[in-house]
Amino acid sequence: MAFHAPLLLECGATLPGYTLAYETYGKLNASRSNAILICHALSSHHHAAGYHSMDDRKPGWWDTCVGPGKPLDTDRFFIVCSNNLGGCHGSTGPASTNPVTGKPWGKSFPDIVVRDWVRSQAQLADALNIERWAAVVGGSLGGMQAMQWSIDYPDRLAHAVVIAAAPRLSAQNIAFNEVARQAIKSDPEFHEGNFYEYGVIPERGLRLARMLGHITYLSDDGMHAKFGRELQAGSPTKGYDMEFQVESYLRYQGTKFAGEFDANTYLLMTKTLDHFDPASEYGNDLTRALARARAGFLVISFTSDWRFSPARSREIVRALLENNIDVVYAGIKADEGHDAFLMGIPQYLEVFNAYMQRVAREADAA
Amino acid sequence: MSLRPDLSIISDWIKPGSRVLDLGCGDGALLRHLQETRDVAGYGLEIDDDNVTRCIQAGVNVIQTDLDAGLQDFSGRSFDYVVMSQTLQAVRYPDRLLEEMLRIGHEGIVTFPNFAHWKNRVQLAFGGRMPMSRTLPNPWYSTPNIHLCTVQDFEQLCAERGIHVLQRIMVNHDYRRSSSDNLLPNLLGRTAIYRFRRNDGAGR
Repeated sequence: MAFHAPLLLECGATLPGYTLAYETYGKLNASRSNAILICHALSSHHHAAGYHSMDDRKPGWWDTCVGPGKPLDTDRFFIVCSNNLGGCHGSTGPASTNPVTGKPWGKSFPDIVVRDWVRSQAQLADALNIERWAAVVGGSLGGMQAMQWSIDYPDRLAHAVVIAAAPRLSAQNIAFNEVARQAIKSDPEFHEGNFYEYGVIPERGLRLARMLGHITYLSDDGMHAKFGRELQAGSPTKGYDMEFQVESYLRYQGTKFAGEFDANTYLLMTKTLDHFDPASEYGNDLTRALARARAGFLVISFTSDWRFSPARSREIVRALLENNIDVVYAGIKADEGHDAFLMGIPQYLEVFNAYMQRVAREADAA
Repeated sequence: MSLRPDLSIISDWIKPGSRVLDLGCGDGALLRHLQETRDVAGYGLEIDDDNVTRCIQAGVNVIQTDLDAGLQDFSGRSFDYVVMSQTLQAVRYPDRLLEEMLRIGHEGIVTFPNFAHWKNRVQLAFGGRMPMSRTLPNPWYSTPNIHLCTVQDFEQLCAERGIHVLQRIMVNHDYRRSSSDNLLPNLLGRTAIYRFRRNDGAGR
């Protein structure tokens, strides 16, 4: 979807126009009341569910939760998922051509904050003639967008589903992001962000950034269960080469990611994540920040998530309670760490499904 | 769906349009009833996974939490009533929780099995065994009821902590109101239902 009107960003810059790549699933009902917006996390995109072709090895990133009979039931809802502004999967981002220079934006792409994403998603809603979402849903950074939606457009969503998120990042969260950014920036192939002109990509940096990220997405117990101390070759090798299966896994994930993700987008998205802090405009009082919200909330956390721990979700719940906002909170027992929000954990699906049934009933009645 | 009689007694005590926090809300039956019949805005706290799902299905605002971990997420005087049904005897610190109930709410309502009911006394006195009954179905080693008390015990704790009992109703094994409200409640009453508040009436 191409938007030709300029978009004024929170940083003060204006994008002369932009494109949002998006996918939809299911059918919009006659009263246009059953639309769901899925907001994606840090390194994700608009392909949330299903397969594009017979050759696809894996379905969309949230196929566990999106589809017929699943919590985000495509038989009942009309589901929209867009690639965030600044992304590298079809939406306008640093790798896109700057119409003024005719060259890729690179590092000159303007800074983006979560509020800008929400504004661009609202324009997409306008274009799709969706006045009000039955729910805005997301995990991790996606959950933060759902929260921002409830503050910025309180009348345009009936429910917000905030999974494995936090009201803002901790110093430790930011520290991990900074190491990832340094890995990219210190790669000689980065060329100050203008690597496109050199026909290279900072592959080593991206790979390291992703490996680090993956460690924070899993839990100690989860990693142990998945890899233990199993050796890749079955017996120890000499020197410093790859020995353990966990090393092989991280290298595989890193290499795969480096081949498909834009380095500048990674810097942009991690910065957006670092800066998310809706309470900052309200004297660091999250309760005041959420006072405008009108949506009902489902907040979910996972016990072994140490990136955005259950305590962080409880901060959100507390602020909602103090505003007398309808909220359901579930702390799901899971070993999968932060990644749990992508997994088909039975109790997670039960809770998510029960809540979405209620959303669907309300949408049908509207 | 008919409400369990003791929950129906509690429901009668709650003024329409008030805010209610239900500690250990189970499947959300009380809150759902209050929402539908008394226009009550409520939240329930529950630890059990299946009950959390049932609450969501019932359209009840449920917060999954362990009562033993405290209620620090709730600010003072934020509810009209804090209810705890058949849970007091199963928590780690019943006295602290009672205090917490009156920090958060104007009034507290609790129900608990009266351990001094005559059948329990008979089982212990003549059988020499820990009592088991319909209200106390588990053997001593696996019971969740780690802090059983009697009507007298409860009232003494209230007196010590400056808690004023507003109302007391005793119910029998069907949770129906029994004649023991005034007649030897500590001997004849199976389950006690109390409504109470701070002595100083703070927050009124």
